[in-house]
Amino acid sequence: MFAGKKIIVIGERDGVASPAIAACLAATGCEVVLMATECFV
Amino acid sequence: MAKPVLIAAAAALAHAPGLIALGSKPAREIARDPSVAARIHANLRGFDAAVGYAPNQAFIGSVHPRAMGPRPHFNRILDGGQRFGPDGEIMPETEFLGLMALADQFKLIRLSPQLAQSSAEALMRHPLHDFFDPGKLRSAIGDPQVEVSRGAIPLHVTDTGIAGSLAAGHHEDTNLMAHVLAENLACKASGALALAHLLKLHDLDPASIDYVIGCSEEAVGDRYQRGGGNLGKAIAEMAGCVEASGADVKNFCAAPVPAIVIAASLVAAGVFRRVAVVGGGSLPKLGMKFEGHLKNSMPILEDSLGAVAALIGEDDGRSPVIRLDAIGRHRVKSGSSAEAIMDALVTAPLDQIGLKITSIDDYATELHNPELTEPQGSGNVPERNYRMLAAMAVRQKLIAREEIGRFVADHGMPGFAPTQGHVASAFCYLAHARRGLTDGGADRIMMMAKGSLFLGMMTGQSDGMSFILERNRG
Repeated sequence: MFAGKKIIVIGERDGVASPAIAACLAATGCEVVLMATECFV
Repeated sequence: MAKPVLIAAAAALAHAPGLIALGSKPAREIARDPSVAARIHANLRGFDAAVGYAPNQAFIGSVHPRAMGPRPHFNRILDGGQRFGPDGEIMPETEFLGLMALADQFKLIRLSPQLAQSSAEALMRHPLHDFFDPGKLRSAIGDPQVEVSRGAIPLHVTDTGIAGSLAAGHHEDTNLMAHVLAENLACKASGALALAHLLKLHDLDPASIDYVIGCSEEAVGDRYQRGGGNLGKAIAEMAGCVEASGADVKNFCAAPVPAIVIAASLVAAGVFRRVAVVGGGSLPKLGMKFEGHLKNSMPILEDSLGAVAALIGEDDGRSPVIRLDAIGRHRVKSGSSAEAIMDALVTAPLDQIGLKITSIDDYATELHNPELTEPQGSGNVPERNYRMLAAMAVRQKLIAREEIGRFVADHGMPGFAPTQGHVASAFCYLAHARRGLTDGGADRIMMMAKGSLFLGMMTGQSDGMSFILERNRG
């Protein structure tokens, strides 16, 4: 589903941070082009 | 090594709906579309509603967060809610503007004669009037309308015109622009209010405080050293702590927890006998999520500045002990997942002293009031943190999966703090924690806070720290 795709990862500090999402995506063959973690409070 | 204890804690809210327009988000939206100002004005709530708001009563200690009753809170008045509570007060805006003017030593704030007089009269009747000398408000009288025509920003607008203004401290230095000084003076005034309450409520001599650590969010400084100043000593001066020096600890929202750990370490090392930790309110965060409230036909609930003060001192045989042998810290290598952060802040320090997650009675974490965050789509932050903690307890086979809800209810609590960042990050629970560990039934309470360092773009890391407060066995 993600293979060959360019992915923007947006994580959340009190939920799942972006590096953790990117780590999960690493094995799918996608390219993470932007990774950001936001704080909503 | 002396055993450091939490001698006292206090909390104060300044209800300041008129300052919402100076909040970062409202100011940006008003600049884009001036009609937003009228929509904000039409959805402000009055002082009585703010006083009767259950989360605000929890903030000043009148009710425990677990006893606030069912949501929604914003459309009902809590029975018996008063302006003054066991841990501090909810101050109305007229008085707070006077306090800001008293915090301003450079005569940048000008108040209309009517506003100065009504503020001074109210502050004269205030239980803390000795701390703040409201008579000095005479020197803040001016013509705010004229000041604004010369470039000052309006600080208080009534139906009859501009009643308060704040001028820039320097015309070229962006660090001393009027809106920056408004943030810093609001922080100083609210911080001093919390510290004065702490001293008065606990019958402490201001001159007995050796050091004041500021842990507020505001950056005080000038163009050669942005953020280089400190509010700790400025607040110490305003609260009459004449023997104190002071400095600030910065760590985004997490700052109060490392500040308390540093304060406890200074006491344990014998450097100082009494160290106060103070966090003043964050003006930029007023109205941060106002659009969510407007969208959901709610009053704008982010209308109050929150401030907390704590006093750390040598063992008195009664006050809760700060366990310096079990400090949790998020290390560079810890990892950024929620689980990795919780491991660093909770599991690791508990392991150090042979305790388990279930050994802690209460966990104070990000205690933002969900009624402020959910309407804007930011969810229930405390609940997310407590469910992660419960999941870790399941993983460690301390509770069954079916007990997650019970764990969250027993060891957690509903969020009750305004979205004031550092104040909501466990700091707001300090006075409740002290009460629970002295007069209540708790034996251990963990305070943990997280800071979003990545927001400053110097690192992708976040940070966090935790400490355990324990009942003093004498």
